[in-house]
Amino acid sequence: MSPRTVVIEAAYLAASLLFILGLRSLTVPDRARRGMQLAALGMLVAVVGTLLNHDIVRYDWIIAGLVLGSLIGYPLGVYVPMTAMPQRIAISHMFGAVAATLVGVAEYWTLGNGALVGRAEMAALGFEVLFGSLTITGSFMAFGKLQELLPSRPLTFRGQNVLSVGMFLAALGLFTWLLVDPAHPHAFYAMVALGLVFGVSLVLPIGGADMPVVISLLNSYAGLASAATGFAIGNNVLIIAGALDGASGFILSIIMSRAMNRSFTNVLFGAFGAAPQASAKTTAGLAVHAITPEDAAIQLAYARLVIVVPGYGMAVAQAQHQVRELAALIEKNGGTVLYAIHPVAGRMPGHMNVLLAEADVPYDKLKEMDDVNGDFKNADVALVIGANDVVNPAARTDKGSPIYGMPILNVDEAKQVIVLKRSMNPGFAGIENELFYRDNTAMLFGDAKQSIGKVIHEVKQQA
Amino acid sequence: MHGANLLEIYVFVLAGFVGFFTITRVPALLHTPLMSATNAISAISLVGSLVLAGADRGLLATVLGFIAVTSATINVVGGFIITDRMLKMFKRAGPPRTAAGEKR
Repeated sequence: MSPRTVVIEAAYLAASLLFILGLRSLTVPDRARRGMQLAALGMLVAVVGTLLNHDIVRYDWIIAGLVLGSLIGYPLGVYVPMTAMPQRIAISHMFGAVAATLVGVAEYWTLGNGALVGRAEMAALGFEVLFGSLTITGSFMAFGKLQELLPSRPLTFRGQNVLSVGMFLAALGLFTWLLVDPAHPHAFYAMVALGLVFGVSLVLPIGGADMPVVISLLNSYAGLASAATGFAIGNNVLIIAGALDGASGFILSIIMSRAMNRSFTNVLFGAFGAAPQASAKTTAGLAVHAITPEDAAIQLAYARLVIVVPGYGMAVAQAQHQVRELAALIEKNGGTVLYAIHPVAGRMPGHMNVLLAEADVPYDKLKEMDDVNGDFKNADVALVIGANDVVNPAARTDKGSPIYGMPILNVDEAKQVIVLKRSMNPGFAGIENELFYRDNTAMLFGDAKQSIGKVIHEVKQQA
Repeated sequence: MHGANLLEIYVFVLAGFVGFFTITRVPALLHTPLMSATNAISAISLVGSLVLAGADRGLLATVLGFIAVTSATINVVGGFIITDRMLKMFKRAGPPRTAAGEKR
């Protein structure tokens, strides 16, 4: 080993350790920021180390890429609003996958279009471009749905699952062929193309409410593509970082699936809502109890314990700052306000936490489902803001409901439930929610941001 | 399969274990920052892209390398900045817990 190689490997080792320390720091919110700054330092060390590599003989394209990437990345880091975080994360999975895939394709091409590729390396390259290509288009479709460039409802057609699975099997077939003899450029590039098309057909039939699982899964794939890049070019820091990312995405997708009581297969191929199952119970003939902001204000102003249950509707209305303001008023009157966060509330893991933290809600008031579910029976008011499926009692009682078995927040145990909702249209999944028809439930219709604004006004009048 | 590949599989499996045991302990509170953090970290594929863009193995490889460097840099720069922005927002109301359990 030349001294230069030793320096480079030492840099990679340092970077790997700093990455692990950074992720570890995320287990304690108070130390997370410092830890991630260490991880960023690790990245810098790895990049500087790489620039010493013997193989690098020209720097013009490198500098151009670094400058252009920084020019695009900086605004994506600084100016993207927190409400746009799900699509921001989705598009970043695409960028990561683009880098991995292109490195794989170029590696194959420079090695005599496969002629000089050994079988072990072919295995690595195959995983790299397969995971990479399906993540590129899959993430782009997820981005399109979250940014509402595409309809967020499932886009399905007859035989879609058969086509998807067929394409996937065809790609695997090509991969197997390449493992036997890597020198088949047509098979290699066809495999990349199939991966790209498969990514589209994988994500299009998935609806908005299932996005937390899909984003987590794509996160995992992007990581695995990076790890495979590491295998292909024999670089350990890539393998380590990719494995960490892959593990993280995988764990998150399991947590999200579990929170919906559904399997991966069901999320990916179930096309939730495409063929709406008839719910065993209908709500025909039942009437909801609508209230005015004044009534809501009376109930909230002097409540001792209010539990806020935010959902995607709060994100859409961008009502988090008003929620915080209302909570401050209730607290000023001597009440306590907690926030009950369902794992799949919103469009990505942790979506609600980020929005509420942005509105300066202290994080020790943000409670996970299992920690807060016992508190609802003591709550004077459960304030449901734009959440629907995660509070639907049918998940506990109605075996015919598509969400039966999903763990939910026990808002119906609160003395009074106030639901903020735009209208009585059933949610995305088209499932009726009997919670809305209960005696202790009151509906406050309208845009969540405006409704809470009016409630705040009324609470102030009473003070 | 030669020795180096086997060693790489060791590294992958062990790193996966470290990741698994670390990440299962991350609270749901920080799942969004976790996702943007792991995304920024896996932009380490920048390392492979840099070599590709600078190794002068023909115009196609260099241009692909340039695009790869650009994409990976977007994630490195944007990813770490946005993770920091998010983590900066998480504040607690009460005084920080200083129990021994927190420190370990």
